[in-house]
Amino acid sequence: RRIMATVSVCKYYPGGFSFDNCKRNALLEADISKLGFSSPAARKTGTTICGVVYKDGVVLGADTRATEGMIVADKNCSKIHYISPNIYCCGAGTAADTEMTTQIISSNLELHSLSTGRLPRVATANRMLKQMLFRYQGYIGAALVLGGVDCNGPHLYSIYPHGSTDKLPYVTMGSGSLAAMAVFEDRYRPNMEEEEAKRLVRDAIAAGIFNDLGSGSNIDLCVITKGKVDYLRPHDVANKKGVRTGSYRYKHGTTGVLTKTVTPLNLEVVEESVQTMDTS
Amino acid sequence: MDPVEFLSKLEKTTIMAVEFDGGVVMGADSRTTTGAYIANRVTDKLTPIHERIFCCRSGSAADTQAIADAVTYQLGFHSIELDEAPLVQTAASLFRDMCYRYREELMAGIIVAGWDPRRGGQVYTVPVGGMMTRQPVSVGGSGSSYIYGYVDSNYRPAMSKEECLKFTAEALTLAMERDGSSGGVVRLAVISEQGVERQVILGNQLPKFSTV
Repeated sequence: RRIMATVSVCKYYPGGFSFDNCKRNALLEADISKLGFSSPAARKTGTTICGVVYKDGVVLGADTRATEGMIVADKNCSKIHYISPNIYCCGAGTAADTEMTTQIISSNLELHSLSTGRLPRVATANRMLKQMLFRYQGYIGAALVLGGVDCNGPHLYSIYPHGSTDKLPYVTMGSGSLAAMAVFEDRYRPNMEEEEAKRLVRDAIAAGIFNDLGSGSNIDLCVITKGKVDYLRPHDVANKKGVRTGSYRYKHGTTGVLTKTVTPLNLEVVEESVQTMDTS
Repeated sequence: MDPVEFLSKLEKTTIMAVEFDGGVVMGADSRTTTGAYIANRVTDKLTPIHERIFCCRSGSAADTQAIADAVTYQLGFHSIELDEAPLVQTAASLFRDMCYRYREELMAGIIVAGWDPRRGGQVYTVPVGGMMTRQPVSVGGSGSSYIYGYVDSNYRPAMSKEECLKFTAEALTLAMERDGSSGGVVRLAVISEQGVERQVILGNQLPKFSTV
């Protein structure tokens, strides 16, 4: 019996959701709460990402803030991920999910491309991503803006965590998507020039950065045309850290010392043991 | 601060299909929502399954896209094996099998319509739950509730293609005016022996009614 060689190294899923990790996660949760701690919250990129199709290709844009609850975990994270030399993908939602999903599809797409002998198509990446996300029924929190240029021209897709996709000339995703979409709906025109498209994307991301609490810091752009990719990181440092106007240090002697007592702690060594490191 | 896309995307919709002698007319609105935000205002809910078989999708966007992709694959394979154009009933059966088997997991209301050489124009409806039945006229989606009266009173058997187009466009317009989850543009498709003709009626070109 001959078996056809598969182009992906990924485990073949017979179908449906894989519950392998659910039991493990439940045990871990129980263990951690017994000790009185709470399990760490997933780091989400409360984000603004967007993309636009223009005359010669696509422009993708993203902010650079990653949040853990109400705290900024990373002030300059990269949300525009590489899929293939001609295809890039912005990711919003759970940071780990977008990172891993795009890496898996990038890997599979490279194998597929070697097998076909052709440059990968954006529609192929879209299919692979939507089929994987649908399989996980929305539990992989990855909301993506996929853009690239292939033999059929420039293409732009938005992909939602449950696995539905839309093919449109301009898309926005993330918590700041409404602010960015407002800019697009006002100023988008078909067949723009490159500078105008870059300005439009920059302004859309800026709208997200300044009007949405989950987005912030800098603006990254990625301009994809036939045969060339400009990964502009950062394209615009919209939030420069301010310079303090004076020194806020207190001079020595500001707090008056009334009394000073020194009590030596006499500690005796009870046991001393040496554990050699296994360097073999 | 929850991102809008963690809510599932729904095509609550208004969809419709009408049989006429020689083919079918299908129509749909173009709105897809996540909660109260319109994620896509120009959605194409009339999805080709085969050369002369289309489906109208309503319900969960992810579920219906995935089902449509699977059925397109299965029907294409079947058609190559048969070496002839597949029957509309076959396509509808494939939808029904999937929607019934996975009825607990899926939220999909689908209208399958097309033309085949054996039985001409046919419309089959596969609502949530996985029933399948052939109807001369079928409406679906959240906006359909508002137009059952209009459809029941205005449908006449043996209408011409142009009358069917006007009937569908007017019904969809009325539904879109009253249903918050439907809107955008009206997409129409006519499937016949000659092939598929597609039309878009933009917002300002929709038929006008006196109260709306």
